Amino acid sequence: MSNFAIETVGLTHHFGTQTVVKDLSLQVPKGSIYGFLGPNGAGKTTTIKILLNLLKSPADQVFIFGKELNSNRMASLKRMGALVEQPAIYTHLTGKENLVNRCTLLGIPKSKCAEMLSLVGLTDAANKKAGKYSLGMKQRLGIALALIGDPELLLLDEPTNGLDPNGIIEIRNLMIELTTKHGKTILVSSHLLAEIERTATHVGIINKGELLFQGTIGELHDLSKPVVKIETNDQAAAANILGTAGAELVQQNESTISVTFKGKEDMGNLNTLLVQNGITVYSINKERKDLENLFLDITSKN
Amino acid sequence: MVRSLFISLTSEFYKSRKTLAFWAAIILPVLICGLVAIGYYSNADKVLKYNYPGLMLWAQFSSATLGVMGMLILPFYVMFMAFSVNNIEHKNDTWKTLFAQPLNKFSIYAAKYLYAVLLLFICLFLFEALTITSGYLLQTLVPKFTFGDYNPFVLLTKFYSKLFLASLGILSIQFVLSLLWSDFLKPMGIGFVATIAGIITANVGWKHAYLIPYSDPTLALRVTRTSKNAKIEDFPVFSQEIWASLICAVLMFIIGYYILSKRNIK
Repeated sequence: MSNFAIETVGLTHHFGTQTVVKDLSLQVPKGSIYGFLGPNGAGKTTTIKILLNLLKSPADQVFIFGKELNSNRMASLKRMGALVEQPAIYTHLTGKENLVNRCTLLGIPKSKCAEMLSLVGLTDAANKKAGKYSLGMKQRLGIALALIGDPELLLLDEPTNGLDPNGIIEIRNLMIELTTKHGKTILVSSHLLAEIERTATHVGIINKGELLFQGTIGELHDLSKPVVKIETNDQAAAANILGTAGAELVQQNESTISVTFKGKEDMGNLNTLLVQNGITVYSINKERKDLENLFLDITSKN
Repeated sequence: MVRSLFISLTSEFYKSRKTLAFWAAIILPVLICGLVAIGYYSNADKVLKYNYPGLMLWAQFSSATLGVMGMLILPFYVMFMAFSVNNIEHKNDTWKTLFAQPLNKFSIYAAKYLYAVLLLFICLFLFEALTITSGYLLQTLVPKFTFGDYNPFVLLTKFYSKLFLASLGILSIQFVLSLLWSDFLKPMGIGFVATIAGIITANVGWKHAYLIPYSDPTLALRVTRTSKNAKIEDFPVFSQEIWASLICAVLMFIIGYYILSKRNIK
């Protein structure tokens, strides 16, 4: 048995002559919250549609719980719940009727509806036409629709779109609860790293259809170790001195030298060392790339 | 697959029970039959002057609805309904969720098609049922009428069956057009022009008119007696325009599924 809820192997997808997804190899471990990040138009929604077999994928490139998607379409879809783009809701039906209809399609008892409505906080609006819902309410209904079949794997495409801060926190907590208490796997896409930084256990960063980073959130953090940036009157000499003193040089250019940050005292020592060797230190400061900048860095590279 | 079909069909009913397409299937017959019946009741004196025998009175009475229906309202209702059944998914952008359900793709498609056929059946069934009941109701209200002298059941059932079968061709074409295009104007425009063309070709008596599905309902209502001694009910149901319509329906149904299965769902 595969340990991945989702695995794609060199997945490529074209819209006409345009390549939207290029050699994508996603690996979403079971029980994880996988943050699928990328700027708008990076290919996130396309990938999710491929995972749902809405867009055709070549054989042997997409595996859901270890099973090839095209040949196991029904069995795979049974284990998945999805919210794709803006939620697809029948606007002439009420929120509750939308859920009842989904229950019919999934062949599950209609009693689940009330439970779902209260879970997403729509009990009071249950009998209101879904067309009259606010964007946030539609989003909640969409999440309820994705959850109602109690799927093992949830694909949520920008689920917090249009939600207020409270709603965002609720969804965040719900996702954590679903994975930790109920053992679900969630793939959640977003164009904001900050939004999923706190919930995701794994991250995949995609831009222009290519996967630029994939790993645990810890591994992503490791990419952005703090550094000490030093500016002096003689960069070459300073680099030499720091080098022989055992500091790890990360980067050196005409104006600044960056060395790995090891602690405040170490930073003071570096300063003293330089001054004692007759170098004028213009500035010395600690710098840490936050994840948001890191994300921007990664996605702007290609 | 059968289970998927049944589930999808149930869902189609549930989804559309609040839409105009569904209610029109009920309101149209009630309204038209009601109006004709009221007309006969309030103008009973004029009708009685002709001294129609039972069969003729039924013929006059039912052709008032059949004529209007078969020629104009039916094709337009069929177009609108085929549009509406598909538009419910276009409008709400729900094709993607519909096909992401663990249901057989063919069943989802077939259920939609079957639902449209069922609506048409319900509509025409009500037309016949209401025509007959309103005829007998008029008889009790105005005892001088001769509705009681003839039982129109077989005759009307044959006519409405022909009309139903002859409309399936149009229904299938319109269904596929509405499946392809999300906007109202394309299928409606094509349907409108084709219906007018169909009525004209049927009425000028072009011998190949039956090959145009849009002519078939008009042609289906034109019945010639097979022989002089034959009873009026003895006309064949499966005439050439019915076959043309059925073959067209089957072809379009297959083409529709072929298009759908090849297409990526946006």
